Amino acid sequence: MSRLPRTTGAAFAGALVLALSACGGSSSGGGGGGSAAPAVPKIPMATQVGAGEGELDLVNWAGYAEDGTNDKSVDWVHPFQKATGCIVHDKIGNTSDEMVQLMKTGQYDGVSASGDATLRLIYGGQVAPVNTSLVPNYATIQPFLKDRSWNSVDNQMYGIPHGWGANLLMWNTKSVTPAPTSWGAVFDANSPYKGKVTAYDSPIYIADASLYLMRHKPDLGIKDPYALDQKQLDAAVGLLKDQHKTVGEYWADYTKEVQAFESSNSVIGTTWQVIANLIAADKKVSVKAIEPSEGSTGWSDTWMIAAHAKHPNCMYKWMNWITSPEVNAQVAEWFGEAPAQSLACEHTSDKTFCDQYHAADKAYSDSLFYWTTPTKHCLDGRGNVCTDYSQWTQAWTNIKG
Amino acid sequence: MTTATATVPRAPAQSRGHAVSTFLHHHVWVRLAALLSLPMLWLVVAYLGSLAAMLVAAFWTTNAFTGAVVHQTTLDNFHELVTQSVYRKVALRSLGVAAGVTVIDALIALPMAFYMAKVASRRARQLLVVAILTPLWASYLVKAYAWRVMLANGGLVSWLLHPLGMKGPGYSLGAVIITLSYLWLPFMLLPIFAGLERLPDSLLEASADQGARAWRTFRAIVLPLLFPAIVAGSIFTFSLSLGDYITVTVVGGTTQLAANVIYDNITTGGNLPFAAAAAFFPIIAMLAYLLAVRRTGALDNV
Repeated sequence: MSRLPRTTGAAFAGALVLALSACGGSSSGGGGGGSAAPAVPKIPMATQVGAGEGELDLVNWAGYAEDGTNDKSVDWVHPFQKATGCIVHDKIGNTSDEMVQLMKTGQYDGVSASGDATLRLIYGGQVAPVNTSLVPNYATIQPFLKDRSWNSVDNQMYGIPHGWGANLLMWNTKSVTPAPTSWGAVFDANSPYKGKVTAYDSPIYIADASLYLMRHKPDLGIKDPYALDQKQLDAAVGLLKDQHKTVGEYWADYTKEVQAFESSNSVIGTTWQVIANLIAADKKVSVKAIEPSEGSTGWSDTWMIAAHAKHPNCMYKWMNWITSPEVNAQVAEWFGEAPAQSLACEHTSDKTFCDQYHAADKAYSDSLFYWTTPTKHCLDGRGNVCTDYSQWTQAWTNIKG
Repeated sequence: MTTATATVPRAPAQSRGHAVSTFLHHHVWVRLAALLSLPMLWLVVAYLGSLAAMLVAAFWTTNAFTGAVVHQTTLDNFHELVTQSVYRKVALRSLGVAAGVTVIDALIALPMAFYMAKVASRRARQLLVVAILTPLWASYLVKAYAWRVMLANGGLVSWLLHPLGMKGPGYSLGAVIITLSYLWLPFMLLPIFAGLERLPDSLLEASADQGARAWRTFRAIVLPLLFPAIVAGSIFTFSLSLGDYITVTVVGGTTQLAANVIYDNITTGGNLPFAAAAAFFPIIAMLAYLLAVRRTGALDNV
């Protein structure tokens, strides 16, 4: 297992000021600690892509590397193998944290990391910067996904954007009337749907509560749902503890939510577009999913290459393959997310697909609060007063009681 | 060409093999070491070694951002576990579930095992043993999800209870206890069944001859003789329930048990040291249970 270089919290924080000031708006910078030395490990970047090494080991979300075993018509791995000679071995990561753990083993060439894993991988030295000129399809990636805080450091990309989506509010149209327009529908302690509310089972869900508080309790002063000081975290935990009384069950595995809605064990709660589509396709119950008036949290995934990849050429070929217009369209349709590749929209089988997912809508994309790892050094630039992810994890245990 | 020439090259090999076996024959300790080294290596290095590594890790901590383990001895993890009331609550709930499952399984297994061992015909007994063993071949997950479907809204359980004017447990702690009781029943039933088979019928007859009724025979003869078997079964059901984290995520609704705290800290929190510290609880609980059982003398014949 590769070890981190020992860095003090202050040095980390200092590096984060540099990395995140671009997105953080008004960065005070004062509380960043004395050390200005960037803590990003120096990992060499590829300068050319040679012949494939014959193998490729990936860590990815379910549905990102389909080889026809789940659905015969869904296969972009075999064509890749044929085109490049790189045999793909994929390992499914169920959570961002699991992906980080897997990448630390050093056995994999690349990973499809969400924004709450990317920075941990970059600062942990598990991934290398990506030479985007070696990935031809990068040129036509949606511009609003390039050089963002979760996939780059100092304008150096650490991966190729893959796709993104929002966490939505879904409800059973028969049981829930009138149709909700606000996340308040799942944060109401006196909800008429008590016992049938569902929520995402992860500490990162605390951000959904803080987003709601950010809109409705301005005196708490929340500027970014991922930057909470102790008082703000306590408020979010309080809200989630009230919610807990109305929750029937939490979901992390998306098939579990599909089943809970279809049996009417859950009638309202947070969801992904792909889940709403699956339920609609099964036609057992009728559901609707929207982005409520407060806005939403979401995810934006990036293909990253391991710092010590054994098959770097194959990984570069894969990053180009998966973001090619045809393949990116296939993945996006199978998974139910907005493709990062702007040209993918011409290749979707459903021509309205990109409109449904707002794939080219920068304003919509900017209105989302993408999953990011909360750190002690506030992401909104307030200094070192924020709660970090381990505190969120403890808080989540507390909420579930 | 002749057989003699063929055997000549083999002769030294044969004598070498002979020398080895003679050597082993005369050196008992070498023989024993050669036989036991592999299993011992497994036991000490792989089995106890990994346990020890985990227990040591409990005193470390992690870098909050990258999740890397920091090798710095600290009691913070234990301090957190003891001072935060949520962990006490979860621990007590887990003990309650384990105890509940054990009691329910014992109550179901006793009459069933008695019927199988003492009442049923030879043929029916074999069929019943097969019927009890067969579910053990099915995947744990399949059985847990089967219960999820049965316990769902409008599922089999609520459909059955509806005419009685009752409601199903839904996805709740009760559902967890029901599902775990189902899953671990064979582990309670089989030891009790084996214990009853060893119980001579003549003892029951003698008790009846002395004028004891069924209850008294059960209390004074069967139960004391069966006690070690019940204890053996309870060790299985208790420890399996205490370590379970899957059933509770499938049918538990919003509840969490001690093993979920461990699991969540590894997969979600990426906090291996804290998970290791949390793992002390089931270990201590099981050791306490085994010590309590030992005091009753139930383990003396094992």
